[in-house]
Amino acid sequence: MAETAVTSEVKQDTTTPAEHELFVNMGPQHPSTHGVLRLLLRVDGERVLSLKPDIGYLHRCFEKIAERRSVQMVIPYCDRTDYLAAITSEWAYVMAAEKLMGVEVPERAEYIRVIVGEMQRIASHLLWFGTFALDLGAVTAFLYAFRERESLFDIFQKLTGARMLYNYLRVGGVRNDLYEGFEEDILRFLDLLEERLIEYNKLLTGNRIFESRTKGVGVITKEQAIAYGASGPVLRGCGVPQDLRKTDPYSVYDRFEFNIPVGEHGDVYSRYVVRMHEFYESIRIIRQAIKTIPGGPWLGDVPRRMKLVGDVYTRVESPRGEVGVYLVGDGSDQPYRCHYRSPCFVHLQLLEPMGVGHLIADMVAIIGSIDIVMGEVDR
Amino acid sequence: MGLITHEAVPGVVTTSLRRLLNWSRKSSLWYMLFGIACCAIEMMATGASRYDFDRFGMIFRASPRQSDLMIVPGTVNEKMADRVKVLYDQMAEPRWVIAMGGCAINGGPYHGEYNIVDGVDKVIPVDVYVPGCPPRPEALMHGVLLLQDKIMREGIEIPAPAKG
Repeated sequence: MAETAVTSEVKQDTTTPAEHELFVNMGPQHPSTHGVLRLLLRVDGERVLSLKPDIGYLHRCFEKIAERRSVQMVIPYCDRTDYLAAITSEWAYVMAAEKLMGVEVPERAEYIRVIVGEMQRIASHLLWFGTFALDLGAVTAFLYAFRERESLFDIFQKLTGARMLYNYLRVGGVRNDLYEGFEEDILRFLDLLEERLIEYNKLLTGNRIFESRTKGVGVITKEQAIAYGASGPVLRGCGVPQDLRKTDPYSVYDRFEFNIPVGEHGDVYSRYVVRMHEFYESIRIIRQAIKTIPGGPWLGDVPRRMKLVGDVYTRVESPRGEVGVYLVGDGSDQPYRCHYRSPCFVHLQLLEPMGVGHLIADMVAIIGSIDIVMGEVDR
Repeated sequence: MGLITHEAVPGVVTTSLRRLLNWSRKSSLWYMLFGIACCAIEMMATGASRYDFDRFGMIFRASPRQSDLMIVPGTVNEKMADRVKVLYDQMAEPRWVIAMGGCAINGGPYHGEYNIVDGVDKVIPVDVYVPGCPPRPEALMHGVLLLQDKIMREGIEIPAPAKG
């Protein structure tokens, strides 16, 4: 290992630390950094003076792999970039490939994608809810959230055969149709979730300990968030009503009624509130889609020999923000270049304006509130 | 479990020291909460409500100093390999390692790519391999049961005093 080990030193703060200051390494093995994030903190006692995120502990060569696989073979790798929201990262990639090949997607497939995508948003937010609460010391919420996640996984398993990484979307549609009885299963789950969300709100929303840990912590302004290129709940938490499902509707999202929840203060609590409201919006969308789903094929006419020509950028709203894929084709069936735009990578840069001046314990709340997935940051 | 070998007097159990030690070791495998990639989510799911690792006496610990078992859940790349080795070295003996998922076994879907260590066993010794991408919680629990069997077969090693 010694000769191949990569030494990638992040530029440290070069100012000589004063006598009472010290550097602290947070991660890569830390229970609340959500994976393998490493933070270099310069602290004065418990207070953070400056911080630098160090990434790359989960770089898995996704973009290079995509150049050496045929179009359909890349889809499983898309799952593994953002492993908490596999469907949405597949979706961005598949949409890009469809645009390059000019493939029409049947209407039923679009509806199935919307349903599955919103189910994925619920699953991802459930995990965020559990781990965020766990980081703040509330173990009960973690167990509650995983209970609901398992019942959602049962439906996913019946539909796609997998629990987490589905490989379900195809260029031109989806792999298989909804199974018989899917409608009852998902509606029963949504009813259950609505009941349980009341329980969740009782646990955390309005809890005094929780509020004092989150309110006024990690504040960023609207202008900062836009200047850094934030998206998703982080941006909406600052009061910007930006949601690609509404502002740049893809698939059939323009046919459904739903609201964009926005926060007020841009702190950890606002981002929490935004995500809790998004549960209800996802439930609304799935109910409408189930009611109006048309019949027909679920996989369009796709040429056997796929040819990618030209370049395109497509973006979807993942649970974490804007996931985009820039795909270049040179006429063969393998992408010439595939770039993956990750929202968490952008949000990582926001850690410094969010965290400086706060305590180390608040850093944990801030990292939890931007809902980071290192697989997506490092690719 | 084969612990009680002879029961002559009511209330008195006789067994061998080796069995007693192994039995207590295998019944309280504290694992390190150490997530790398996708498999970490399945590891968390195994520890959470439905599957409930606590039934095996397994509780997650945040520090390597307090843990007996290291589950390596995910792809180890060259930057991470050093860290994994350091964490393994920090664990107190006796210690065990489970390689969870295809990536930790031999690189899995990323086998042979630049920057990927093809299997965590290139860095640290592995006791049980749990295949899958990611393995289901049942598979991980089966891996733990296999590890428990392995522990029961172990002898007593009296470590030599550290030279200092």
